Amino acid sequence: MLALYLRELRVSTRAGGGALTGVLFFLAVVATMPFALGPDLNLLARIGPAVLWIGALLASLLGLDRLFQADREDGSLDLLVMTGGRHMLAVIVLVKCLAYWTACMLPLVIASPALGLILNMQPIAIAATSLTLLIGTPAIAFIGAAGAAVAVGLPRGGVLVSVLVLPLAIPVMIFGVSASYAAINEPDPFLPPFLILAALTLFFAVIGPVAAALALRHASD
Amino acid sequence: MRLIAENLGGERGGRTVFSGIDMSLSDGGALLITGSNGAGKSTLLKVIFGLLPCTLGTIRLEEGGELFPTVGSAAHYLGHLNAMKTALSVIENLAFWRDFDGGDGLELHSALEAVGLGAIGHLPFGYLSTGQRRRASIARLLISQRPIWLLDEPTAGLDAESEQQFSALMERHLAGGGLIVAATHLPLRLADTRELRLGERAYA
Repeated sequence: MLALYLRELRVSTRAGGGALTGVLFFLAVVATMPFALGPDLNLLARIGPAVLWIGALLASLLGLDRLFQADREDGSLDLLVMTGGRHMLAVIVLVKCLAYWTACMLPLVIASPALGLILNMQPIAIAATSLTLLIGTPAIAFIGAAGAAVAVGLPRGGVLVSVLVLPLAIPVMIFGVSASYAAINEPDPFLPPFLILAALTLFFAVIGPVAAALALRHASD
Repeated sequence: MRLIAENLGGERGGRTVFSGIDMSLSDGGALLITGSNGAGKSTLLKVIFGLLPCTLGTIRLEEGGELFPTVGSAAHYLGHLNAMKTALSVIENLAFWRDFDGGDGLELHSALEAVGLGAIGHLPFGYLSTGQRRRASIARLLISQRPIWLLDEPTAGLDAESEQQFSALMERHLAGGGLIVAATHLPLRLADTRELRLGERAYA
């Protein structure tokens, strides 16, 4: 399984892998925001966590449709699905999700403090948003795996994957953003939405790979 | 061990492509599946491997022992596609399949030597020619031990010399008690093979 994780990381960081695409998109979305909204620093600080979460969510969806499609195109998906009982397909999917998260979503989390500065966010808000992104983004990868598995046989399935994934990812974003706001708005408690966010991630870590494995089993033709 | 199919049929998109296949293959046996385009050669291999559901009849493995309870666990499948990442080097690709499949066969370098690619293991897979890619994916079969080889047009893109090399590899696999089921329309130059012709009702 470690071999699969390392292979996925290598493939996504080499030429054409697309690990940087997400970060550049995230950067573009967040950096254009102040230009569109005008130089109202208070407004920027107020909407900062929401903008970072929207940017991160959309950037994570960018490469998701390739999660299984690339393997299908070179024929390795057949061999990953049919391991003859040596590996569980759901575990294989989980490992691929973790590798995708490390290569494409962890950079977003790392870039978010710098982008928070662009949005004139307070240090505590930046810290809270980065923390919620760190805890919340794996859930998007797990949901996305199920979407990507359903659309694996479709050429140009990217839009379909986004449409399938977004409704399920909305709760993750809601609790991520509300936890970030709770950290700066005094009476609101930070912990309850944050814990629900963590629970969502754990929940989808189980449901997502199992659903994706089911979809992949029936997708081979 | 014995690979047995009884009254096996295959479906593609709800249409029965072939049906009524009976076969029995034991240690050291090779079966050549021939037939015109669309006769269901690849479908049959996929049904045997377990990639497609077995809708008609049965396929089973006898005397596989604890190590190989099902056909899928006992078989190497070499499909049309090579199952290698173009961005990774040949060695990296093979090292991944070694770790993933268990890797109790040849060393990476000796496997590459066996298919005549010893000198270019460091190149990205995407730089290789069609025949070289095929040979690299044949090397995958040598790295992990599996008694059954399911080969779909294994010699596509190979030159005469590599074909001979591959025949020798298959002979060695059969001599070691392995089984081969190959779908092809080119002769495989194996000494002793049975043939299953799809398209008419067939027995082997």
